[in-house]
Amino acid sequence: MRLVTVAGPPSCGKTSILTKACAELMRQGVSCAVVKFDCLQTRDSDIYAAAGIPATAVLSGGLCPDHFFATNLEEAFAWAKDAGAECCVIETAGLCNRCSPHLRGVLGLCVIDNLMGIEAPKKIGPMLRMADLVLVTKGDLVSQAEREVYRHRIRQMNSKAIIRHINGLTGQGCRDLATILAMAPSIEKVTDMRLRFPMPAAVCSYCLSETRIGSRYQKGNVKKVTFGGAHEQ
Amino acid sequence: MSSDILTLQSVTVTSGHDKSGRAETMDVVFSPGEITALLGPTGSGKSRFLYDIESLADRDTPSNRCVLLDDAKPDPERRFELQGRLVAQLSQNMNFVLDMGVRDFIRTHAESREADDPEATADTVIQAANDLAGEPFHPDVQLTQLSGGQSRSLMIADAALLSWSPILLIDEIENAGVDKSRALDLLVKSDKIVVIATHDPVLALSANRRLVFENGAVRDVLMRSEAEEQLLARLEQMEEEYAGIRSRLRKGEPLE
Repeated sequence: MRLVTVAGPPSCGKTSILTKACAELMRQGVSCAVVKFDCLQTRDSDIYAAAGIPATAVLSGGLCPDHFFATNLEEAFAWAKDAGAECCVIETAGLCNRCSPHLRGVLGLCVIDNLMGIEAPKKIGPMLRMADLVLVTKGDLVSQAEREVYRHRIRQMNSKAIIRHINGLTGQGCRDLATILAMAPSIEKVTDMRLRFPMPAAVCSYCLSETRIGSRYQKGNVKKVTFGGAHEQ
Repeated sequence: MSSDILTLQSVTVTSGHDKSGRAETMDVVFSPGEITALLGPTGSGKSRFLYDIESLADRDTPSNRCVLLDDAKPDPERRFELQGRLVAQLSQNMNFVLDMGVRDFIRTHAESREADDPEATADTVIQAANDLAGEPFHPDVQLTQLSGGQSRSLMIADAALLSWSPILLIDEIENAGVDKSRALDLLVKSDKIVVIATHDPVLALSANRRLVFENGAVRDVLMRSEAEEQLLARLEQMEEEYAGIRSRLRKGEPLE
């Protein structure tokens, strides 16, 4: 089964473009399945279902969404395989900007939009830096000049990725995306595969539902910083 | 990234078929420095035609057209690399959203193009934009504070002088408060292939030729005739008169 990981900030258009690209693949006779990893709530599986694409959504709830993703990847892969999919797309929203879901040997996509500000490519970090393909949405709302400058900033962060503009509303570019999805490497299993970027460490009292603020409540892997600069004499 | 910059002698769109499967009758060849207008009602196939160019169609889009660069089919690798980068687009509904000063931004754009002298290039672009805009703006003003006309002018000047793409598509920006004839001069000098989708008579007649769309295909290619040139001159005169009256009204002068 071909596997694709898709990452990007909330509301940048991941679901819109994937719905259109997967629908195009289904039209071409390539069966797809989508797994949506989200944090608090999502109705995206309804959107996929309405387009006739088998999909399931899972929520990390009280857990770190990044760790939750890594922990459940084998099961997600197995579900898509059981659904008889030739192409499995894993859509992750709500990963922190310190993270990237991409795996070595698996096609990795990053979606960002043109309305995020010129520093966005720097800020969203590994999910963009580690991607094979960067898709830029909402370009129809901004000037050509901004699109080009933005693209240049993406290029500075990721020298190898293919960068494409795509429109989730009109579907422009989604057909090309379908072509790219159909060329994703086919893999046997995800077991023993490696993440391209390690997940952040997280073992402190707040991981275990602590809500109180204060040093005395903090145990485990705690990092204290020294603030300064502003008030120094 | 020099790979981002591309020069072309010609782009050919070979004939495909319309929405009912009937064959188009002609190939269309575009060359740098000429202006082509696209005409036809909504849904007649203008966007489809442009998308074919942008995606370097190879009989794999609904129209079954094929795009040749300099009379040859790009090889798969080059095609993949160029897809979506051939066409720079400007349309009515575009805005500046970046929180930057005009000069800063245009200089950044020039730097991204590896211009020899980004400062001087930025000055040139801003000067050209101010020539097009009805009301000049200061180089240090924020992009987001520009009026509609100033934004459009800056977008046109920047696209003509700084954009990577060899093809420039302008989509219905006739009502934007931009000096049309100056804009067209700037675009012709830019040595790009300029395509204008418009319903504006002056813009449509200013083009060297007009592609007429119907049912998803090019129905006709009309070259500008002698009579149409005279008509254009008359329309431009009428527009000038109209603009004169508008500016006098603006200044609060009586119009006896």
